[in-house]
Amino acid sequence: MSASADPAASDNRELVTFRVGEQDYCVDIMAIREIRGWTPATVLPHSPGYVLGVINLRGSVVPIVDLAARLGLPPAVPTPRHVIVIAVVGEQMVGLLVDAVSDILSVNDASIQDTPDVMAETTKEFVEGVISVDSRMLRLIALGPVLPPPATKALA
Amino acid sequence: MADIRATFFQECEELLEQLRDGLEQIEGEGDCLETVNAVFRAVHSIKGGGAAFGLDALVRFAHQFETVLDAMRAERLTITDDVIGLCYRASDHLSDLVAAERDGTEPAHDTSEDLAKRLVALVEGPVPPGTVPETAGTPTPETFGFVPLAIPIGPTADPQDTTFGIEFTPTAALFTNGNDPVHLFRTLREMGDLSVSVDTVSMPTLDALDPHNSYLAWSLRLVTSESEHAIHDVFEFVEGLCSLRVWLDAEPAPTVPDMPAPAEHVPPSDPGAASPREAAKPAGQSPKATVRVDLDLVDRLINLVGELVINQAVLAQCVAEAGLSTHTDISAGLDEFKNLSREVQEYVMSIRAQPVKPLFQRMGRIVREASDISGKSVRLVTVGETTEVDKTVIERLVDPLTHILRNAVDHGLEVPETREAAGKPPQGTITLSAAHRSGRVLIEIADDGAGINRPKVREIAITKGLIPPDAVLSEAETDKLLFQPGFSTNAVVTDLSGRGVGMDVVKSAIQALGGRVGIQSAPGKGTTFSISLPLTLAVLDGMVVDVAGQTMVVPITAIVETMRPRLEDIHALAGDGSVVSVRDTFVPIVDLGTVFGHRHPSKDFSDRVLLLVETDQNDRWALAVDSIHDQRQVVIKGLEANYGHVPGVAAATILGDGKIALIIDPEETAVRARPTAIQSFVLDEV
Repeated sequence: MSASADPAASDNRELVTFRVGEQDYCVDIMAIREIRGWTPATVLPHSPGYVLGVINLRGSVVPIVDLAARLGLPPAVPTPRHVIVIAVVGEQMVGLLVDAVSDILSVNDASIQDTPDVMAETTKEFVEGVISVDSRMLRLIALGPVLPPPATKALA
Repeated sequence: MADIRATFFQECEELLEQLRDGLEQIEGEGDCLETVNAVFRAVHSIKGGGAAFGLDALVRFAHQFETVLDAMRAERLTITDDVIGLCYRASDHLSDLVAAERDGTEPAHDTSEDLAKRLVALVEGPVPPGTVPETAGTPTPETFGFVPLAIPIGPTADPQDTTFGIEFTPTAALFTNGNDPVHLFRTLREMGDLSVSVDTVSMPTLDALDPHNSYLAWSLRLVTSESEHAIHDVFEFVEGLCSLRVWLDAEPAPTVPDMPAPAEHVPPSDPGAASPREAAKPAGQSPKATVRVDLDLVDRLINLVGELVINQAVLAQCVAEAGLSTHTDISAGLDEFKNLSREVQEYVMSIRAQPVKPLFQRMGRIVREASDISGKSVRLVTVGETTEVDKTVIERLVDPLTHILRNAVDHGLEVPETREAAGKPPQGTITLSAAHRSGRVLIEIADDGAGINRPKVREIAITKGLIPPDAVLSEAETDKLLFQPGFSTNAVVTDLSGRGVGMDVVKSAIQALGGRVGIQSAPGKGTTFSISLPLTLAVLDGMVVDVAGQTMVVPITAIVETMRPRLEDIHALAGDGSVVSVRDTFVPIVDLGTVFGHRHPSKDFSDRVLLLVETDQNDRWALAVDSIHDQRQVVIKGLEANYGHVPGVAAATILGDGKIALIIDPEETAVRARPTAIQSFVLDEV
């Protein structure tokens, strides 16, 4: 037992797993600020289809991304059962609309496999790696590319 | 110690500002002794403070500078353009040195030495060597560097008495602050032979007398062996509370009628307004008492006020939903609350508002440097320096303005020969102005150069693939190409501009502030950049409207009038345009719902409300909305931080029900709605 007595092994990460469409995804827990229920968003004009709009998060204006649409799955139809995962990437805060949050897992870095080469651009861009847990496959999301393009790209 | 040090650097900023002010005044109005003295005192105080902190490099340089100013003061040095030019450079360098010491970076020693040599050369020229006060000793840290007492205008070397005339007019504030002229006069009496006479000219008759005002003025004559500086020192604590003039009187004191002791002349201590006499004095600039506050505290306060305004909106909505009549106590209390929060907000905002003067002074330096590098002689004229703008806006204007000014010197102005050939004065003029206009701040940078070379701009845009070769562009559209990313007119990248930032960066920086930048140019006459900015980044008065089921906010400042159009006032124009006639002028209608993609274009404006908006260029548009809900103050929340710029949207706000509403940018909305070659091309790219 002494080998596993050190839980703070540096290459362990905690992941929050959630369902989008019929698939399991996860992100690093350190990137997540909070999880909240769906509230209707204010529509942003001229925004990409996967941006549902912006919501008020205690005084901050946070854009909401429909993760399903972003990943190329059929767009979600938000219901009160949907969940918004608020994530922070760098300076940017974004809310990800997912079907449900399932679990928090602790996994070893070594157990994260490279994304299988499936010849799909979306997959390559958004999925950082995959993890096999109880015969399920968890897809680790690369948060950076999922975000809407930053302000610098916007033209007036 | 660190605290004192920080205070010293803050004071240095103020002193440097005074220094530049003084130089500008000397340059503009000639060398009035008062101004030269002020400049001298500024440099001197920096030196003294620097010495206390052992900032040797700073002290050494300030000392050289001071020597030159002292020579100017004693009229041993004639003030020419060259001298002023050098003084400007020296003041620039002095501020560099201060900044270097503050940030702990290495100052540029070469520049120090070079400038110091030139400064020394200035005084040593007309004055026989040896008499240069520099012999008073390079300051050594242990003496605290207060050498200047040893560089007086002569009297110490030869303790011969000189006569000074002093004119002293206290303001009411002097008495409010607990000062008493009698003490000042007593101190003066200790310095030498003093005669005092009181001037009661402005004293009104008893029925018109306001006991809280100050009506008296004194003229004094002092025969002393002390320097003029020492006299000023006596009045140090009432500086700004009185108008004071000290001059060297060559004549021996004329016989002054016998004056009673000054004590009898002290008016009753009296607060109140300044005397009319004081107001008439041009130099009567009496700074009020101020406190230094940590900016963080102010920012937190502003955020809290923002929350307060939102909270008030929430409460108002709750009360409205509860269906209470407007005559209940709670409604009355709420109204009171609304007024109070607005007032609080206004005052808090005014804390952040600062005059653009320091920014303009900084730009003066940029222009000087640019003119040195480019070899073009440039004069910068600044107008409206006292215009107050939010501090953040000022800070974030530095880079865009620098860029525009460098461009103006580098590309806008022609070389002197070309200018003379065109019949213009060889020296180019750049005018930097600031003014408040309809709730916004308008900053203009105008040069009198050659104007935009439109054929060349067009050619470059085509080469760079920004526009198709057959594009038909109006003059204004061609000018706007300058703001396109990847556009840079200079074929050769010069040291001056062309540092890898284009005008597009200027544009996005201004837009990030909720502002707009425009450009006007006349061939041979010059180019004007105009930047229009919101007064504050925190709150605005908005009209809450409904557009295709979405709540949106239109800034009140842009709205000229609102109307419900009569059917016969609306006219279709060609394929898909509509105009409304407003008192016999036709104003294009822009449907906000269509612009933002919430509904398909329609020609039926019968049940719409039109908001007539006016742009900075005096263009008028009618924005069509479904209905107007309310007019209220909204807190501005940026979209940029988490998302990015949305075309036509200035920012977002939080409504009483916690939902987000978008604040539209009327001008951008209107411009976007206009299909032009350049717009559609840019749209395709997005």
